Amino acid sequence: MSEMVVGLDTSAAAAARAYGPEARARVGFFTDTSVCIGCKACEVACKEWNQVPAEPHDFTAESYDNTGSLGANSWRHVAFVEQSDGAAGLRWLMSSDVCKHCTEAACLDVCPTGALFRTEFGTVVVQEDVCNGCGYCVPACPFGVIGRRERPHDGRAFKCTLCYDRLKGGHQPACAKACPTESIQFGELEELRERADARLGELHAQGRSEARLYGRDPGDGVGGFGAFFLLLDEPEVYGLPPDPLSTTRHLAGTWRAAAASMAVLVGATVAACLGFRG
Amino acid sequence: MTESPSYHGRSVIKPPVWRPEIPIYFFTGGLGGAAALLSLGARATGQPVLARRALLVGAAAEALSPAFLTADLGRPERFLNMLRLLKLSSPMSIGSWVMSASVASSAAAAALELRARAPRARLALECCSASLGPAMATYTAVLIANTAVPAWQEARRSLPPLFAASSAASAGAACTLACPLAQAGPARALAALGGIATVAIGGLMRRALGPLLAEPYRRGPSGLLRRSADALSAAGAGLIAAPGRSRARLSTGAALILAGQLSLRFAVAQAGGASARDPRQTIVPQRQRQAERVS
Repeated sequence: MSEMVVGLDTSAAAAARAYGPEARARVGFFTDTSVCIGCKACEVACKEWNQVPAEPHDFTAESYDNTGSLGANSWRHVAFVEQSDGAAGLRWLMSSDVCKHCTEAACLDVCPTGALFRTEFGTVVVQEDVCNGCGYCVPACPFGVIGRRERPHDGRAFKCTLCYDRLKGGHQPACAKACPTESIQFGELEELRERADARLGELHAQGRSEARLYGRDPGDGVGGFGAFFLLLDEPEVYGLPPDPLSTTRHLAGTWRAAAASMAVLVGATVAACLGFRG
Repeated sequence: MTESPSYHGRSVIKPPVWRPEIPIYFFTGGLGGAAALLSLGARATGQPVLARRALLVGAAAEALSPAFLTADLGRPERFLNMLRLLKLSSPMSIGSWVMSASVASSAAAAALELRARAPRARLALECCSASLGPAMATYTAVLIANTAVPAWQEARRSLPPLFAASSAASAGAACTLACPLAQAGPARALAALGGIATVAIGGLMRRALGPLLAEPYRRGPSGLLRRSADALSAAGAGLIAAPGRSRARLSTGAALILAGQLSLRFAVAQAGGASARDPRQTIVPQRQRQAERVS
């Protein structure tokens, strides 16, 4: 019975402790958008490997991006931003977005069935055979990553698995394998963070002071990302939240507000029964 | 401050995918929970007529609830997966257990009441469903506040009292309709008090949210639903609270309150969608939070 009760700490560190000797080094992505050329090979490789269904594409007429956003059927999404800034001329920003595999993952925390779980690699994966499509993870994600696949008789949630099956086989994820410019780098998280720091130093030395790391800091609102980024502008320009927060951090306070409300409800009912007796 | 960059005006987070079954469940589940509490209160204070009617009303409302929840699932046949584990970090997991126990105990108590059998067992079941009633009335508020949706998450202190008041108002109104006039006193009081409380708490909630995050509760379809809810609840509470014993007036008041509370549940649900779709709602408060940390 005790195994059926899951506590509040579902973080990557807690999972590593729970896995014991089966735990593996935590892996992730470092997506260096300064070398992304917007080829979308990552989107295609992901769809092919993971058999993610095609969707009838809209023509957004905004940019070369007709995918629009991450979702149940888009586990990599290349964002295109065209900036014209007077004297500086025209600038293209391209960035391949993906599930962040948060250290404190709100989707995993709120999942009532245990379909979402933390793997031995520290990544966050949905078990298709357990998910009942309750949809709670969808508005819980602070990045709008996970979506419900709406089909007749099937509305389960899907997102990037960081190619869990490929990891098990000792391969790198399909998107990283396909990326021709090494914008998407796969590896152990600790090593990726060092690599990212070095790359940031390099860019700053070149005078590109607009370069910044996004999601590298374990002190942020989700405990750091398993898949983090080097960006060339503010996160919101790419459609990313500037200060994401795992909603679970507020949960105890919200329950306290509920407990107070429950007490008032009981008090009011007792008072009504005593004071307005028929 | 509202001029912030976004990615082609697209939302940062995803809007909730829940269909109308969910706000309807907020209404029926809350009504059922508060009615179970009212029933036991009436039983304990020697008001058997009200106790019986409230028990039956609550059990009926709760009996409908699992059907609404299941219908909204992407894979309804997997409803029981909700009970694979008890997960303390998921209000939906806690709520699934609370609802299952509450529905089972209130249905069994109602069956015993109708057959006038085993009064002790019935009382034990009533105590069980009444003790779960307050949780039924408020856990759905915790559930939606525990998301990335700004108009819900930032209202996390206000939504639980709002839902508790709404549940009291709905249960009071439904029991006022179901009970003979002479015995409906406590139900009338709860309906009027709860109805007014939802209007007041909603106003405080909008003020606490500030102009940007309160927008979905003021404008657009969700704002219209909220304003209708307040008008219906206030009018209904006025009719119910006014002295005198006109059955027609009381029934009209109770019906207005029920309509108002159903409208309120839809308003809150739709406000979440509107809030999630607006990138400013996500970005601007996060920028403010960052600026406050730095300064």
